[in-house]
Amino acid sequence: MAATRALRAGGGGCCCCHRRLLSSSSAGGSPTAERGERRESAGLGFSPPAHSRNDWIGPPDKHSNLRPVIFYVPPKESPLERRLREARQEAQACDQHFWARHNCAFRQEKEEFIYSRLKAKGLEMRDETGQKATLNAEEMADFYKDFLSKNFRKHMQYNRDWYKRNFTITFLMGQVALARALRWLRWKKKNVGN
Amino acid sequence: GLFVWHLKNTGIRQIPCQFVHLCRVANDRLITFQYFNFLKRMYVTQYNKDLSQRAKPKSDSVASPFRELQQLDQEKKVIHKIRPISPVHQPLSETSSRNELREIKSAAETEDSGPPVRAESKEDRQWKEMKLRLDDLPGILARLSKIKLTALVVSTASAGFAMAPVPFDLTCFLLASLGTGLASCAANSINQFFEVPFDSNMNRTKNRPLVRGQISPLLAVCFAASCGVPGIALLTLGVNPLTGALGAFNIFLYTCCYTPMKRMSIANTWVGAVVGAIPPVMGWTAATGSLDAGALLLGGILYSWQFPHFNALSWGLREDYSRGGYCMMSVTHPGLCRRVALRHCLALIGLSTVAPVLDITTWTFPVISLPINLYISYLGFRFYRDADRSSSRKLFFCSLWHLPMLLLVMFTCKKSLLEKEDKGDLLGGNHGRAMEITLP
Repeated sequence: MAATRALRAGGGGCCCCHRRLLSSSSAGGSPTAERGERRESAGLGFSPPAHSRNDWIGPPDKHSNLRPVIFYVPPKESPLERRLREARQEAQACDQHFWARHNCAFRQEKEEFIYSRLKAKGLEMRDETGQKATLNAEEMADFYKDFLSKNFRKHMQYNRDWYKRNFTITFLMGQVALARALRWLRWKKKNVGN
Repeated sequence: GLFVWHLKNTGIRQIPCQFVHLCRVANDRLITFQYFNFLKRMYVTQYNKDLSQRAKPKSDSVASPFRELQQLDQEKKVIHKIRPISPVHQPLSETSSRNELREIKSAAETEDSGPPVRAESKEDRQWKEMKLRLDDLPGILARLSKIKLTALVVSTASAGFAMAPVPFDLTCFLLASLGTGLASCAANSINQFFEVPFDSNMNRTKNRPLVRGQISPLLAVCFAASCGVPGIALLTLGVNPLTGALGAFNIFLYTCCYTPMKRMSIANTWVGAVVGAIPPVMGWTAATGSLDAGALLLGGILYSWQFPHFNALSWGLREDYSRGGYCMMSVTHPGLCRRVALRHCLALIGLSTVAPVLDITTWTFPVISLPINLYISYLGFRFYRDADRSSSRKLFFCSLWHLPMLLLVMFTCKKSLLEKEDKGDLLGGNHGRAMEITLP
């Protein structure tokens, strides 16, 4: 109990993670956004300019290190384009959720490890000058090895999902690009005809 | 002109206040210095009657894995339209729509201290439109294809070509180099396409084009296809089918074996070493048309070199690898990591001695190359014994100059064709006679 309290006070642990995770997991724009309406995404605090017809990408998220994307919903979005946009939104949400949790867990376990090692050595979390005490790379190596092996299965699952999502989205992008190209050609032909 | 200057001035004058404020809040981050550096590089350009502020792109530095500072996510290229009304000037006098109020409220709730309006505009500036600009494309594609690594790969292939015991054919050399370069671009692009979320989470790779959304995954795949297909076709039809097959196999090995294996097993390092060893073999087969002992020896030298190079590099990246889920020896089997590095440093000495035995070089080669091979072995031994950051850095940086120097020395000690004919060597003799017959 005391240990966790000390961690929270000292390291600024990951108590912020829980609040953030809930708010940022719906990033990417609401799927039910009215077409043509000014885009906004919950919790991201940014709206692209109204005249813009492209997606916007933001700075890396504090927890997941992934860059959130606000998707553009065109006024005449075809079903295929909608599928693509929703697939990308879903992928973004999944990735954000996974990495935010994973990185938070890493940070928290790292703090706990440092704390326990320092305690074993009889040192405090902060030294006389108030600087946070750290362990050198060789001492941390045990933690890195342990963390990697503990999360191996989780990573395997994520890898499979990521590859599947990546291929699906890229394939959909290809289909959308092809559809748009054909549409443009048809429009051109019609105009030339007229 | 004056209008522009005034805006620029006002822009910069405000900013230091914001950043100084942020600095008091931030801990251990060299925000001031880096942001001021960033500001110095901004200049105003007029392009197509649009006034836009454009930051001069930072030259891509060689990936320095040992950077102690936390790299801030500065955009390398920032293109803004100078809005007539700066949001910072008139935060509240703007007719606030529900959205604006909500934004200000949410910004106020954030942990960033300081007036919410200032934080909002700084954050806003970091949002980029995902629109591909044609003049950015060459830079983006260069980074996507890891152009510097590609250049290194092409030079090892050229070394293989140069070491082949045949008369030098310039056309074949150029075609082989171009084909290898295109194949390498394709492989590197697919590698980045597969690794976007992982690259985002590692300091060394977080500024790659796909991570930053500068190019879409579809375009990356199209670029890879448009490099890979002509590259392999060039090698197969313009050089010879063996080289083409090796090129195609190498792309497959790198993208479909090495890249996924990085997250599954430490054996990825050995696969990666083979990937690095194949280009000089390709150079050799491009020149001679056959896979003989000399090709395998050159491949062997590159194979062995990969270990001290990569193992030393990976020693400083253990935290990122662990968090990112990469299975590397330096994390899971640190003792093995150092043993293998040392083992292969010593193997380089052995392989250099075999070169004259196979009639690729004269006996001066093992003698001249001994000092540099001994030096890298010494650093390898220090890395094995000390297992710390400084010894790993020394070994890594040594490997960077060791390889070009070794290849250069090898080339200067290459056994000339004339020497071989004099000694009545079968290979050299045959070539000589064959040449006499075919030339009109």
